[in-house]
Amino acid sequence: MPKTRIYITYPEKLIKEPVIYNVGQKFKVVTNIRSATVSSGIGVIGLELDGEQSEITKAVQYIKDLGIKVKPIEQDVME
Amino acid sequence: MSITKTKSYTLGLRCRECLKEYPIQPHHVCEDCFGPLEAVYDYAAIKKVLTREKILSRKHTMWRYQELLPLDQDPTVGLEVGYTPFYRSRRLAQTLGLKELYIKNDAVNFPTLSFKDRVVAVALSKAKEFGMNIVACASTGNLANSLAANAAQAGLESYIFIPADLEQGKVLGTLVFGSHVIGIRGNYDEVNRLCSEIADKYGWAFVNINIRPFYGEGSKTYTYEILEQLGWRAPQHVVVPMAGGSLITKVKKAIKEFYDLGLTEDASTKMHGAQAEGCGPIVHAVIAGNDLFKPEKPNTIAKSLAIGNPADGYYAIKAIKESGGWAATATDEEIVEAMKLLATTEGIFTETAGGVTLAALKKLIQSGHIPPDESVVLSITGNGLKTQEALVGKVGVPELIDAKLSEFDRIYKKP
Repeated sequence: MPKTRIYITYPEKLIKEPVIYNVGQKFKVVTNIRSATVSSGIGVIGLELDGEQSEITKAVQYIKDLGIKVKPIEQDVME
Repeated sequence: MSITKTKSYTLGLRCRECLKEYPIQPHHVCEDCFGPLEAVYDYAAIKKVLTREKILSRKHTMWRYQELLPLDQDPTVGLEVGYTPFYRSRRLAQTLGLKELYIKNDAVNFPTLSFKDRVVAVALSKAKEFGMNIVACASTGNLANSLAANAAQAGLESYIFIPADLEQGKVLGTLVFGSHVIGIRGNYDEVNRLCSEIADKYGWAFVNINIRPFYGEGSKTYTYEILEQLGWRAPQHVVVPMAGGSLITKVKKAIKEFYDLGLTEDASTKMHGAQAEGCGPIVHAVIAGNDLFKPEKPNTIAKSLAIGNPADGYYAIKAIKESGGWAATATDEEIVEAMKLLATTEGIFTETAGGVTLAALKKLIQSGHIPPDESVVLSITGNGLKTQEALVGKVGVPELIDAKLSEFDRIYKKP
């Protein structure tokens, strides 16, 4: 099964929400936090999602719909 | 090439976050924590061989500092890159009220008129060491030009990914070198995501993805040259444009390396970062006192700095803070005014990024972060001939006359 590696950036208003727990409950994906940093109202988490591609796609869309920024771990590569 | 290496001074790669070590390979993130990988050198061995005299005896290119670059063999691509002009400014310094201002001008770097030639030279030399024959990048400008040109000279096949709506002028400047240029339909995030997926799937030398730990090191040579050209000393301030944020972190690294190797006697340079107001995630974080940046949607004429989610943003913020430097943004109007100021005082036509940097310098002087009696280096990293559209309608028009002396007499105003 493919794995997807992303950084998710939380706005301050969502920092208390159990987003990753909810992702694991709503979709058939295994969530694996690899890094987490919180500072001055911003949270950045390095997250690996494991599962069927269709489930991963839905999970990523769910996170985006909450207002959380989702980026590949390479971040912006267009220079 | 007059330099012959008898050994490699690169020990391997190391994660900047968790410090896990990796062998030298085309790989850019830590498998454990996703932190970026960075080249690690045997500085004790380098210190024995790299002296001022050794450097001075070598050809005037970026390779005169070869031991501090992550190659295992002599370079094979971009052998003429670097050693660009560095000089003390007179007229701009006077205008800004600075006692000691220097300009480092990579707008005339070879072969494609930007500092990207430095990073690409290292990346492609490394790709050849790895036996990779196809090189690639995602770029809207300087990186595309540089990769295409250097790949052509090296005989490497190149793929360049661009947004589908990129201006014709920029596309031509890349197509001319014979690259495969692929326009991607989609928004900025989708283009970025696809490039990451292509890099992952095809295993090409994607210079700013899987070759990034080597690629980024090339920009250290910009600072080595400043230190050498300033008479083996570090300036008190340097103002640097920021896009992905890599360059300013490499300025810091280069200053520390020269100091640790005994090539300079001071490493207390304050590093100041410059971004456009319409895309300034790093500057905005520094000013707000944050360690992390909030991604931004770019809206600026400074396209070469328009990276809303900078890969090295976190480390750029750290470098600025640790050095005691500061940061400033420039509006589109301020960028254009600064481009004109540099052109009319120093005869340098810089791209919009140079306008951002000079506009930021002006603000840093006004805010007191750069005192007028301290030494300052202004970093000019790209050429204005590539972004002429930014000045259309803003530098006047020629006066038109008939081919008669009386016509010229009529408009000529004696000083």
